[in-house]
Amino acid sequence: MTHRHIVARAAVISALLLVRSTSADVLPDNRADVFWSKYSGGGMDITGYSATARAKVTENLALEANYFIDKVSGASVDVLSQASVIKDERRQKSGTIEYLRDKTTYTASYISSVERDYISETASFALSQSMFGDLTTMTLGFSDTHNTVGDNGGTADKPNVRWVGHALSRAYSGGLSQIITKNFIAGVNLQVFTDAGYLANPYRAIRFLDPATQIGYTLAGQTYPATHTSTAVQVQAKYYLPYRAAVTGLYRYYTDTWGVVGNTYELDYTHPLRNKWIFEGRVRYYKQGAATFYSDLFPFAGSQNFTARDQNLAALDNTTIGAKVTYAFLPDGWRIFKRGTVTADVSRIRFNYLDFRNIKNFGVPAYAPGTEPLYQFSANVFQVFVSVYF
Amino acid sequence: MRSPRIMLPGTVLGALLLSSACSIQPWVKPYERDRLADPIMAWDRDAISSAYLDHIRESREGSRGATGGAGGGCGCN
Amino acid sequence: MPSTPALLKRCAMAAIVVAATAFAAGADGSGPAPPFTLSTLAGQASGLSAYKGQVVMVNFWATWCGPCQQEMPVLDQMYKKFKPAGFTLIGINVDKETPPVKQLLERKPVSFPVLLDPANQVSRAYHVDEMPSSVIIDRKGQIRYIHRGYKPGDENLYQDRIRQLIRE
Repeated sequence: MTHRHIVARAAVISALLLVRSTSADVLPDNRADVFWSKYSGGGMDITGYSATARAKVTENLALEANYFIDKVSGASVDVLSQASVIKDERRQKSGTIEYLRDKTTYTASYISSVERDYISETASFALSQSMFGDLTTMTLGFSDTHNTVGDNGGTADKPNVRWVGHALSRAYSGGLSQIITKNFIAGVNLQVFTDAGYLANPYRAIRFLDPATQIGYTLAGQTYPATHTSTAVQVQAKYYLPYRAAVTGLYRYYTDTWGVVGNTYELDYTHPLRNKWIFEGRVRYYKQGAATFYSDLFPFAGSQNFTARDQNLAALDNTTIGAKVTYAFLPDGWRIFKRGTVTADVSRIRFNYLDFRNIKNFGVPAYAPGTEPLYQFSANVFQVFVSVYF
Repeated sequence: MRSPRIMLPGTVLGALLLSSACSIQPWVKPYERDRLADPIMAWDRDAISSAYLDHIRESREGSRGATGGAGGGCGCN
Repeated sequence: MPSTPALLKRCAMAAIVVAATAFAAGADGSGPAPPFTLSTLAGQASGLSAYKGQVVMVNFWATWCGPCQQEMPVLDQMYKKFKPAGFTLIGINVDKETPPVKQLLERKPVSFPVLLDPANQVSRAYHVDEMPSSVIIDRKGQIRYIHRGYKPGDENLYQDRIRQLIRE
């Protein structure tokens, strides 16, 4: 069995809809972006390229399209014994229609993400309504995702994909944004997901104590429940500081039927300089408790009905520090362009696992099973993009 | 699959309260919304960038959802 | 304070009434136009009284409001077209600070008079509840038409009303 590890599993697209909702008054300006990103950490290097364009067809109708390519290379700590270097590519396309009528914006999108061993398609709808003299915006959203999960027993160049299952996911979301004073805006979001089907990562394995072996443990396949329901609530607030800057705070609480509880805290500060520069700094702290059926080392085979050793379900915390700089190289426009900016965003994330151990073979000295060092790693995330408004 | 029963009362209430004849007058007047219209007060200036960061987090964390924001701005029409 | 079910019932009826009548951007106004005196960018005082006997359109705008910017060239054209017939357009700017207004008008000048209302007293007097807002006043000083917001094509509505009032 060739060990492989692909990181990008989550169909995050349903979250995109809340991220992109705008105030239901006028449709946003036309815009095009060219985007480059790089993630490196935990033995993985992922480079991404993307292009997006949105334009108003009429005053009430806008279309947006996005194309994204992710190239993955590297091996992860989850890869055992032979740490084979893996390479893979993910292509994602999406299209969105936005229609504005009076104070309501209707949005429909479709997203398709394809990798050699994973296909994900999502259709979403959202409605955004301005009320109370445009001081309140209410948003409702629904999305439907279909994933096809495979296991590539070959290599990136000579794949041998065995399709192991399907997963269906539905998300229901609601949001409320309220202008409180002329300097202060606050919001709350709620999103419920329900999934059913094959929900595990086929490349992960559990381990259980086995004194009969040389290393002291044996690998086995994971057994996940066939359903999963999660609820997340986020509250956020943004305040305008008198010298022209903005500070944002947010807190999100997450809980699900797998026993994972997650708390996210984030603080952002945005500081513009005249009409040309915007500087932003952010700090984020995330802590989660492990899923009930997760364990780094099970005592024996068959000790539980459901078993998992996926590091995403472990007890962990991570801290992010990020900085973003935007420079307007066309602050007042030029010909058909109203504005042009270039942005660089850098984040450093420190991951700390509380019950997931680093079991890559270190040679001498070997660790007794269950005493290996807890896994920790840092990742750097870079983004550079050019945006033009027209 | 659970049906979104919680959403229905919310929608009905929202629809009822649409009318300003329900005597809730906006306390921030449209001509006072200059700061709220400032791009730095947008919940999300660059949706592609935030979506990418969300994707990175969701791939490595057990949590998902409820990110993003809507509304605010100049309230112009 | 009525009970919650009674309040909801009242709101529901109000919502139906409002939905039944035009939830349109324009509404027929009524009553005399509140007089005002404001200063121009050059510092001179001017007001509604200077245009007695003419059809006046008062347009409330701000530098930070996108649709307001979109509307300006259209208003300028309309002003030039109907001025000889006894029409005038007054742009009332509601920005709290003057420098951005000066900068904008230097880059994109208009020929109609622009008055500054940084304290928002005139905006309050005219019950401005949307940006931009245009108030059309007849020769006798009565408010005849209030248009909220701006979408390309609204200028046709303005022109119809102005022609009607000029003929009176």
